Amino acid sequence: MTADVPGMSEGAKVSPFRDPKVRALFFQILVIVTFLAFVYYIADNTITNLEKRGIASGFDFLSQNSGFDIGIVLFVDYNAQTSTHGDVLLIGIINTLAVSLSGIVLATIIGFVFGVLRLSNNWLVNKIASVYIEVVRNIPLLVQLLFWYLAVLLELPNVRESAKIGESIALNNRGLYFPSIVPEAGFWLIPVAFAVGIIATIFVSRWAHKRQDETGQPFPVISTGFGLILGLPIVAALVMGLPFGFEYPAMGRFNISGGWVVKPEFMALFLGLSIYTGGFIAEIVRSGINAVSHGQTEAANSLGIKPNITMRLIIIPQALRVIIPPLTSQYLNLTKNSSLATAIGYSEIVAIFAGTSLNQTGQAIEIIALTMLFYLTISLIISVFMNWYNSRIALVER
Amino acid sequence: MSEAAKHMNDEVAIQINGMHKWYGEFHVLRDINLSVHRGEKIVVCGPSGSGKSTMIRCINRLEEHQQGQIIVDGIELTNDVKKVDEIRREVGMVFQHFNLFPHLTVLENCTLAPIWVRKTPKEEAEATAMKFLERVKIPEQALKYPGQLSGGQQQRVAIARSLCMNPRIMLFDEPTSALDPEMISEVLDTMISLAEEGMTMVCVTHEMGFAKTVADRVIFMDQGEIIEEAPPEEFFDNPQSERTKLFLSQILHNG
Amino acid sequence: MAIVRTERHPELPPPVTQTGVIGWMRQNLFSSWFNTILTIVSAYVAYHAIYAFLDFAIINANFAGTSRDDCTLDGACWVFIKQRFGQIMYGFYPEAERWRVDVGYVLGAIGIFLVLSNVVKSKKWPAVYLFIVYPVICYFLFYGGFGLEVVETSQWGGLFLTLVLASVSIFVALPLGIILALGRRSEMPVVRMVCVGFIELIRAVPLISVLFMASVMLPLFLPEGQNFDKLVRALVGMSLFSAAYMAEVVRGGLQALPKGQMEAAKSLGLGYWQSMGLIILPQALKISIPSIVNTFIGLFKDTTLVLIIGLFDLLSVVKAGTQDKDWLGLATEGYVFVAAVFWVFCFGMSRYSIWLENKLHTGHKR
Repeated sequence: MTADVPGMSEGAKVSPFRDPKVRALFFQILVIVTFLAFVYYIADNTITNLEKRGIASGFDFLSQNSGFDIGIVLFVDYNAQTSTHGDVLLIGIINTLAVSLSGIVLATIIGFVFGVLRLSNNWLVNKIASVYIEVVRNIPLLVQLLFWYLAVLLELPNVRESAKIGESIALNNRGLYFPSIVPEAGFWLIPVAFAVGIIATIFVSRWAHKRQDETGQPFPVISTGFGLILGLPIVAALVMGLPFGFEYPAMGRFNISGGWVVKPEFMALFLGLSIYTGGFIAEIVRSGINAVSHGQTEAANSLGIKPNITMRLIIIPQALRVIIPPLTSQYLNLTKNSSLATAIGYSEIVAIFAGTSLNQTGQAIEIIALTMLFYLTISLIISVFMNWYNSRIALVER
Repeated sequence: MSEAAKHMNDEVAIQINGMHKWYGEFHVLRDINLSVHRGEKIVVCGPSGSGKSTMIRCINRLEEHQQGQIIVDGIELTNDVKKVDEIRREVGMVFQHFNLFPHLTVLENCTLAPIWVRKTPKEEAEATAMKFLERVKIPEQALKYPGQLSGGQQQRVAIARSLCMNPRIMLFDEPTSALDPEMISEVLDTMISLAEEGMTMVCVTHEMGFAKTVADRVIFMDQGEIIEEAPPEEFFDNPQSERTKLFLSQILHNG
Repeated sequence: MAIVRTERHPELPPPVTQTGVIGWMRQNLFSSWFNTILTIVSAYVAYHAIYAFLDFAIINANFAGTSRDDCTLDGACWVFIKQRFGQIMYGFYPEAERWRVDVGYVLGAIGIFLVLSNVVKSKKWPAVYLFIVYPVICYFLFYGGFGLEVVETSQWGGLFLTLVLASVSIFVALPLGIILALGRRSEMPVVRMVCVGFIELIRAVPLISVLFMASVMLPLFLPEGQNFDKLVRALVGMSLFSAAYMAEVVRGGLQALPKGQMEAAKSLGLGYWQSMGLIILPQALKISIPSIVNTFIGLFKDTTLVLIIGLFDLLSVVKAGTQDKDWLGLATEGYVFVAAVFWVFCFGMSRYSIWLENKLHTGHKR
C-alpha cells in the first residue's frame, strides 16, 4: 500500500479565505481601516466646523486671561483680571481633590460605622442601619445634593438670625463660620511636637513588638500612641504659654468677616457625597465581614483568644482583602461624582473649567480632553494601586 | 481493661448533669448526663442531626445550654466570660473543616494563641510549635500557608495548633469527615498517638475502627439524647437498644 | 456498665426566658447592658426621626387647595405637587395628547409582564414584541406620525422623559455592551485593544463629561447642517456610557462560565457565532441578569444628570417648579417627592434583583 501520506502539502492548498489566521488578519485590517476612516471623517468635519465658527485650536487659551470670578479658591491666588484659564484648571483640580479627599474620609467613617451596625445583633440598631443604607442607595445622588443645598443649607436663617454656638461659631445660609487660629511667636513648637509624637509612636510600637516577642508581655501601643500624638502638642502649647490667638468672625448686619468659613456649596457636596457613598461602603463592609466564615471566630474562641484580639488579628485582616477592592472603586466613584458640583455651583474642574472656561473660549475639544485626562490619571493611579495591593495580599493557595 | 484505659484515674474532667438546649422552639439536646474521667477517651456517634456536635460544642461554650449544669475541670460554665476563657484555654478543639487561619502561616497559626493568650515569648512559642508540628509529622511545612497544604495536613496542623496551648482536654468534632479517604488514616494515627499519651478526649466520629481500638466508652446519640453508653466491645458486639442496632447495621454495611 | 435509655425523653418547650416576646426581646434588644443602652438611645432617635417625618409629610401636611395660600398648616405643602402633577408626569407634552404616553405605558407594561411571567410558554414572541415591535410603536406614538400630531422632543419632560431616557439607553447599551464584551475577549489584538480602550476610557471619566461631550462636541463632529436634537444627543451619551458598564457585567458572566462549554460547542462543529449565540451567551446573560438589573438601577438614577445639560426630566421639572415665584420655599417638598418616586423604582428593582439572584443560586445548588 502506498497511500498518500496526508501531510503539510495538503494544508498549503487551503484557500486563504478559509484559513482562520488569514481571516483574523483581514478582519483586523478592516477594523483599523474603518476606525481610521471614522477618525478622519470626524476630524475633517470638526476642522471645517471650527473654522466656520472662528474658534481657535491648540492650548494657547491656557495662558489667556480668564476674566471670571471663582467662588471657592484654596491654596492659590486667583484674580479675574490677571489669572488665566490655566489657573482655572489648577483651581478646578485642587477643589476636586479637596472635596473628594474630605468626602472619602467622612464616607469611610460613615460606611464602617453603619456597616458594623448593620451586623449588630441588636434588632433595632440593625434595622436603623439597614433603613439608612436602603434609603441612601436608592435615591439619585443629584437629588440628594440638590436637597442638601437648596432645601437645607440655603434655607438656613440669614446672617442676622444665624444659629450660634457661643459667640464664635455661627451657621447661616452663607456657610458655617468659626474662629481662625492666628499663630503667635513660639507657635512653631506645636507642629514640631506633633511630628515628634508621630515619630515616637513609631518607635514605641517597634519597641513594644520586640518586647512582646522576647517576654510575651503586650504593650498598649494604640492608647500610648494617641497620648503621644495628642499630648505632646498640648504640652508644647502650655510650655510656650498658648502661643496662638483666635480671630473671631465678626458679625455685621448683612455679612460676616474674618474667621474661617465653610461655604454651603462645599458643605452640600461634602455631605451629599459622603452620605451617599457611605451607604455603599456600609454594604461593602457588611459583606466583607460576613465573608469571613464563622468557623474562624469559633476556632479563635476555642483557643481562648479574646474577642477584641480575634477581631484585630483574625477577622479584620481577612475581611479587608474582600473590602479593599470594591472600596477603592467607591473612592473612584466618589471622585467622579464630585463633578455633580456643577449643579450646585461648587467650583471644581467640571464646573469651572469644562463649564465656564469652555463657554468663554469655545475650545470644547481641548477642554473636554484635558478634563477627561485628569480623571483618567486618577483612575489609572488607583488601578495601579489596586493591582499592587491585590498581588500583595492574595491568599496563597495551591 | 483496654490498653488506653490505664491512664484513667478517678478525677472527673467533664461533668454534665441534666443539660437541655433549645434552638428557638426546637429541643435539640434533652437531659444529657455524662461524666468523663481524666485520661478517658469517649467516642460519640449517631445519625446526622442527632445533636452530637452540638453537645461537644457546649463543652467549650461555642453553644450555650439553657438548663442543667456543665462542669469542666471543676469550673462551672455560666455567662461569666472570665470562666469561659479559663475553660477554653484548657480545652482544645479540632473542627470538621479545620478552620485554620488562611492569612497566617502554619507556624503563625500555632503560635498565635500562646503569644496572645498565654503571653509566651515568641521564640519559646515557636519552639513549642515546632515540637508539636514534628509530633504531627509536618515540621517542613511550617512556613507555608494553610491553602498550600492537603486536607490531611491541614487537619494535623489544626491538631498541633490546639496542642500548643497545652490543653488538658481535647474535643474532636468529626475531624475526618471532610477528608479524602486516603488522608483519613494520617489524621487518625495522630489522634491514636495522642490517646496513648493519656490525653482526655471526646471525639465525635463515624470511624468505628478508631472507636474499637481507642475508646474507653462509646456513646450513641439520637434525636438529642444519649441512647446508649457502653465500652466498645459491648457496644459493638451486643448493642441493647433497637435504634443502636439499626444505626450500627447501616454504618457497618455501608462503611 | 452499659447505660441504655429505652424511653424517649419528651419534647419540652424551652424555658419562658427563651421564647415569646420576652425571649425575643432579651436576645435581640437587651442581651447585655451595652445593648440595652444602645437600644434605648436608638429607640429615642428613631422615635423622633419617624415622628418628625410623619408630622411633616402627613399629620400636619396640607393636601387640599390650589395655591400657596391654602397651605396653612406647618407641615408639607403637597398642594404644590398636586397642582404641578401633570407637568411632573409629562413635562410640556400637550395635555390633549397625554393619553398617547399612557397608552405607551400600558403597552410596555403588557410586554414586560409577558416576558417576565410564565403566562406564555415560549418567550420568543413576547421578546420580539417588547424589543422590536414595541419600540417602533412607541416612536410613532410619542413623537407622532400616522395621523398623530407631532410632539417635538423639546416638549417631552417629567417622569415620562426619565423613563424614555432610561429605557432607550438600556435598549441600546445591552447589545452594544455584549459586542464590546465579546470584543474584549477576542483573540484578535486589534479588536481587543479598541474595545478595552473604549471601555476603560468611559469607565474612568464621570458621566457628566460624557454628556458634555455628547452635547458640545457631537455637533462639531458632524458635517455642517446635520444635527440631532438635544434629547438624541443625551441619549447617545447615556447609551455609550452604560454600554461600557454593561460590557463589564457581561464579561463577568462570560468569565463565570466553565471553559468546557465553548470547547463542547466547538467539538460539536458549531462556528464562533453559533457557539456564542446558542451556547455561551444565553448562559452568560442568564447568570448576569442580577448585575444587569443593578447596572440599570445605576443608569436610572443617572438619568437625573440630564438636568445639567438642560433637559426637563423629572428632577429638573420639579427643580424649575420650586423656583417658580408663586411657590418659593417649597424645595423640601419638591425634592422629597422626587426622592420618593426614585426610591420606589430603585428599591423595587433592587429587591427584584436580589430575588432573582437567590432563585438562580438555588437553581445551581440542585
